[in-house]
Amino acid sequence: MALFNWFKDKEPRSADVAKERLKVIVAHERSQRNAPDYLPALQQDIMAVIRKYVEIDQDQLQVDLNEEGNYSVLEVNVNLPK
Amino acid sequence: MAKIVVITSGKGGVGKTTSSAAISMGLALRGHKTVVIDFDIGLRNLDIIMNCERRVVFDFVNVIQGDATLNQALIKDKRCDNLHILPASQTRDKEALTKEGVKKILDDLAEQFEYIICDSPAGIEQGAQMALYYADEAVVVTNPEVSSVRDSDRILGILQSKSHRAENGQPPVREHLLVTRFDPTRVARGDMLNIEDIEDILAIPLLGVIPESQSVLNASNKGMPVVLDEKSDAGQAYLDTVARFLGEDKPHRFLEAQRRGFLKRVFGG
Ligand SMILES: Nc1ncnc2c1ncn2[C@@H]1O[C@H](COP(=O)(O)OP(=O)(O)OP(=O)(O)O)[C@@H](O)[C@H]1O
Ligand SMILES: [Mg+2]
Repeated sequence: MALFNWFKDKEPRSADVAKERLKVIVAHERSQRNAPDYLPALQQDIMAVIRKYVEIDQDQLQVDLNEEGNYSVLEVNVNLPK
Repeated sequence: MAKIVVITSGKGGVGKTTSSAAISMGLALRGHKTVVIDFDIGLRNLDIIMNCERRVVFDFVNVIQGDATLNQALIKDKRCDNLHILPASQTRDKEALTKEGVKKILDDLAEQFEYIICDSPAGIEQGAQMALYYADEAVVVTNPEVSSVRDSDRILGILQSKSHRAENGQPPVREHLLVTRFDPTRVARGDMLNIEDIEDILAIPLLGVIPESQSVLNASNKGMPVVLDEKSDAGQAYLDTVARFLGEDKPHRFLEAQRRGFLKRVFGG
């Protein structure tokens, strides 16, 4: 009932969560779109190198290739556990 | 010069066929000679939405394969002389469509019609790629929901890389966003993405917003494009969409929730 909702703790509205998730995935998929075919294999190799030293989950590594005029920047983000 | 317009989405069931029927009838009502082609090979549905399912003799694939002439396959709408329908094949396999075959038909249609509307099948594979390949403009139908928005972005990627225009270095396909099944009450509650969010993410110009409406189901039950129900919210929203497509400046309507009485607001319902 609406009356009770007024007193409930504010959870983030699900539409706002949807928007944030969409922004991230769409940006990521766009950057992959024009990426060379070797990118997934490169990502796997980077993952293998990191896992030689520390165990991380797949989603803790993000590899993006960004166009910057006449060259591309390979952006590698790794979240390491504390 | 005829204009080829694809109605596409990636995701299935978001309202492509409903929109193809409404927009093509809308253009025809505005006096433009229009043909609408069902590209959903094997899952013909535009015919039943347009109320001509019992008049189909030959189809798109018959024409491509030379078993019928284009004029034998075209069905003239009984309500509007400016509108013709080219039905999809119901039985043959999807591989029946070839780029050369489709091009030949589009070239022939371009001699008779001002607008060629292509109702795309769902997905991003061969069938959907064939429907968008020769497009000059694309109407990307999107529901305010995460998977639909994501798939719309993927289809935009294909328009930008795999269309005839992209492959031949011509000016890009002109893209339009059409949000359908929009429910302002749920947006107000924070349960549904709003229009600005979707525009922000997809970054293409907004052509129209069609509300979630019972009138769409009623119209399809009767085989009547919803624009013929001029009193309905969805019918009016589609007519506005067509007007904007033709270059008119029309404010977007049906974006706000209906005002509810005080008691309803307090006690829900
Ligand atoms: N604005 C709306 N309000 C309510 N229902 C709608 C609206 N638009 C579409 N629908 C309903 O959604 C369903 C799917 O619509 P439609 O067949 O047009 O989608 P589609 O994108 O062509 O599907 P497919 O991908 O299978 O070809 C239908 O039942 C239709 O009546
Ligand atoms: Mg359809």
